[in-house]
Amino acid sequence: MSEPRKESHRSLIFGLLTIVAGSFAFGYALVPLYEVFCEITGFGGRTNTEAVVVEEAPDPTREIRVEFMTTVNSYAPFEFVADRDSMTVNPGKMYFATFTATNMTESDKVAHAVPSVAPPAAAENFVKIECFCFNSQEFLASEEKAMPLQFIVDPDIPEYVDTITLGYTFYDTTSMASNN
Amino acid sequence: MTTTTVDGHASDHDAHEDHGPEKGFKRWLFSTNHKDIGTMYLIFSLVMFFIGGAMAMYIRAELAIPGLQFRDPHFFNSMTTMHALIMVFGAIMPAFVGLANWMIPLQIGAPDMALPRMNNWSFWILPVAFSILLSTLFMPGGAPAGGWTMYPPLILQTGDAFPFLIFAVHLMGLSSIMGAINVVVTIINMRAPDMTLLKMPMFTWTWLITAYLLIAVMPVLAGAVTMLLTDQFFGTSFFLAAGGGDPVMFQHIFWFFGHPEVYIMILPAFGVVSEIIPTFSRKKLFGHDSMVYAASSIAFLSFIVWAHHMFTVGMPLTGQLFFMFATMLIAVPTGVKVFNWVATMWRGAMTFETPMLFSLAFVFLFTIGGFSGLMLAIAPADVQYHDTYFVVAHFHYVLVPGSVFAIMAGAYYWLPKWTGYYYNETLGKIHFWTSTIFVNITFFPMHFLGLAGMPRRIPDYSTQFADFNLIASIGAFGFGLSQLIFVLVLLTAKKGVEADDRVWEGAHGLEWTVPSPAPWHTFTTPPKHRIAVESFD
Amino acid sequence: MIRKAFLSALGLVAASTANADWALNMPKGVTELSKETYDLHMMVFWWCVAIGIVVFGVMIYSLFAHRKSKGVEPAKFSHSTFAEVTWTAIPCVILLIMAVPAAETMIKAEDSRNPDLSIVVTGYQWKWHYRYQDEDIAFYSSLARPSLEARLPNSGVDVYSVENYLLEVDNPVVVPKGAKVRLLLTSNDVIHSWWVPELAIKKDAVPGIVNETWFQAEEVGTYRGQCTELCGKDHGYMPVVVEVVEPDAYRAWIDTRQDGDTKFASAQ
Repeated sequence: MSEPRKESHRSLIFGLLTIVAGSFAFGYALVPLYEVFCEITGFGGRTNTEAVVVEEAPDPTREIRVEFMTTVNSYAPFEFVADRDSMTVNPGKMYFATFTATNMTESDKVAHAVPSVAPPAAAENFVKIECFCFNSQEFLASEEKAMPLQFIVDPDIPEYVDTITLGYTFYDTTSMASNN
Repeated sequence: MTTTTVDGHASDHDAHEDHGPEKGFKRWLFSTNHKDIGTMYLIFSLVMFFIGGAMAMYIRAELAIPGLQFRDPHFFNSMTTMHALIMVFGAIMPAFVGLANWMIPLQIGAPDMALPRMNNWSFWILPVAFSILLSTLFMPGGAPAGGWTMYPPLILQTGDAFPFLIFAVHLMGLSSIMGAINVVVTIINMRAPDMTLLKMPMFTWTWLITAYLLIAVMPVLAGAVTMLLTDQFFGTSFFLAAGGGDPVMFQHIFWFFGHPEVYIMILPAFGVVSEIIPTFSRKKLFGHDSMVYAASSIAFLSFIVWAHHMFTVGMPLTGQLFFMFATMLIAVPTGVKVFNWVATMWRGAMTFETPMLFSLAFVFLFTIGGFSGLMLAIAPADVQYHDTYFVVAHFHYVLVPGSVFAIMAGAYYWLPKWTGYYYNETLGKIHFWTSTIFVNITFFPMHFLGLAGMPRRIPDYSTQFADFNLIASIGAFGFGLSQLIFVLVLLTAKKGVEADDRVWEGAHGLEWTVPSPAPWHTFTTPPKHRIAVESFD
Repeated sequence: MIRKAFLSALGLVAASTANADWALNMPKGVTELSKETYDLHMMVFWWCVAIGIVVFGVMIYSLFAHRKSKGVEPAKFSHSTFAEVTWTAIPCVILLIMAVPAAETMIKAEDSRNPDLSIVVTGYQWKWHYRYQDEDIAFYSSLARPSLEARLPNSGVDVYSVENYLLEVDNPVVVPKGAKVRLLLTSNDVIHSWWVPELAIKKDAVPGIVNETWFQAEEVGTYRGQCTELCGKDHGYMPVVVEVVEPDAYRAWIDTRQDGDTKFASAQ
């Protein structure tokens, strides 16, 4: 094999291996990219999981119904309910809601509520200012806990949305927490 | 490459006796010869085709009549999962790599693949990978049964087989990536002098594009399955909702790999057919350059349509619209390909030897698969088709009378070049007709089943689906048996008439300038400028 | 030649029509959207048939007319810019014609405003759970007993003797005719998918995520579907049954359900 050919093999292989490494990294980069993508588009009912600040003028002319839906994973020994099933809100105004969770066991537990908003078009416009879902919640044995939610519906919410469903799935994350 | 000591006798068979292959198993185990490795790839893929086919026979036997016939539903799910993994990664992809190994150096006038030792590696990884995968059948908890798409959280319920599945997929990916790097380097650096990129034969062209696709997406699959592995064993939560992950994200990453993968399995088929139709029409390929551009646009579009596999996961309207339009757009370059093939046949002087028959059936039946693909692209209608037998019919139409028929066509086409003898044409024709009839009996009724409401991946079904399932099962057994004829063709491959260098009257290209059978070493000196160019006129 | 294969396939199909109650095509369904979906499906289908007739027609003609045995000399052309531009442009136009109504239907399907009732659907391995948001009603819906027994290997039961084999549940979902029913889907374990062909609804139930979809059935009847996302061992055994009833029958059902009687719905 001639020297120049060997040389051009080498540079080409190097380039191709760079693509391979890049694609592998891209696979992982898709994770944060997907988070961003979801929060922008509301894909997958993704809603913010960290506190944000909203400065929008309230729109008293529009009313949106916000429904709360609670699901407890069958492996989580908890009771978890919204104190009210739904409320009617004006976009741009801040509201409070409370959820109550009860540890049904005689041991300490850690739980996490995973939020999701439907329809997807509303997800980006449902902004949580303060939420128990931002952190894991620790429960003593048999403890009952009232957990606050503070939210604003962004006035930019599309015209064709009149009902927003905020769903929480309650998971027992005691084993995950103890691993860390 | 290592044998350039012999010069000036590029195609002189006798001059190479001293440098011939080693004897016995060493020839194969340590082989760095592109022809030997190509042969091993092809034989390996045929073995996998029969193993995956046996699983398909189990599936069709279970589904022949309603009620549970044999083993439990979990085993049925294992069979569908393993059938898909084996056929995709074990049969179709290695078969095309085998054809590439054999034919790309011959088509571009190179003495061997650019990286012969890596070539050896990329082949020998495969038997290891598939031994691991097949061994999971005997593990506690059974073989993987979560579908070849490996969606979490279901795939995380796999038993002991789980890490073995991941490791096997890693190995298959590694093998594909190494093979693809080899193909790219060979094509870019080792073409005969004066063979410009646009003068390359279509099979080489489509493989170049395929190799780039492989390099771009196989690592993404590797990343996705690695995340599954760490989710299962190392406490990460990429896809676990409880830990803040998202199971749908896996589907995005998987299909970012998965959709280009579909074209990895069909682009080389386009290439094979684009070689065969001109030969037997005795006419140049119509629109060579537009074929290249069409293949490239298909490859590009394949990166931006992945979510059309996920129209039911709950996507915002804008996403649905984008993925629907992008998907429909693929019909345009695909249409160009089909029209160009028809234009190649138009006013040619056709004869219908077995490779041509398989290629013609490819054009007909792949187009039917394309039509159902277009129907599936319409997102509101896809809601009804998704995960039903309509989808099963669609992708089997593009993969069986699509990819598999093209592989068969290529095998018959180049077999005389490999062995030096014409195969038994009568057996070939019988193989073709039985395959074509049975493949339609198998897969056409599945369209009706899907439309009537039968979901895919179910071991038992309501009685209203019974008739078409029975027909499909009869077709499947017929198709399975027909493939044994191909084994017979191979066993009698050296019993026929001796083939001359050109083999087929209408054949053009460098591979037809070397003797039949192609000697162990070819093009040790690059073919002359004149031969390289004229062989395309 | 290939037509022959088709004809023989069709022949077999035709032979079995006599004693079957299967359908060949997608159901039109009982909602406005399901009918639109059906129309879209048929429109694209007929376009495919038309394109197929032209392409296959030309090809079959060529296969017979341009063969060597007829002594034809092969032509020399291998390129035509006009032809290539034409057969790139025409498909683009056809695609546009298909895309517009498809997009319209899609936009309609997104409009989930003003629902009359909401039902939370939760997928379990391997059954469905339904909870009526504004009523005090929640129940599991599993494969009905006759199917459950017949499905076992060596059960000795002829599956043909079981009515609606594998498509019957113990507790169907009951909804009033004409009401806009909103479904909120989620899952307890793995991904499931809720499908009723007659309602043209298929939506994944994903753990940790709430998905929304809706339907408005215009005809009274019982509509059957199945889970369509592989969810493990008994994926094939978790059907969906929706009973659409007159509004007053629905009220009556609500009342009996709230009294704890679980049997009303399955009374045929």
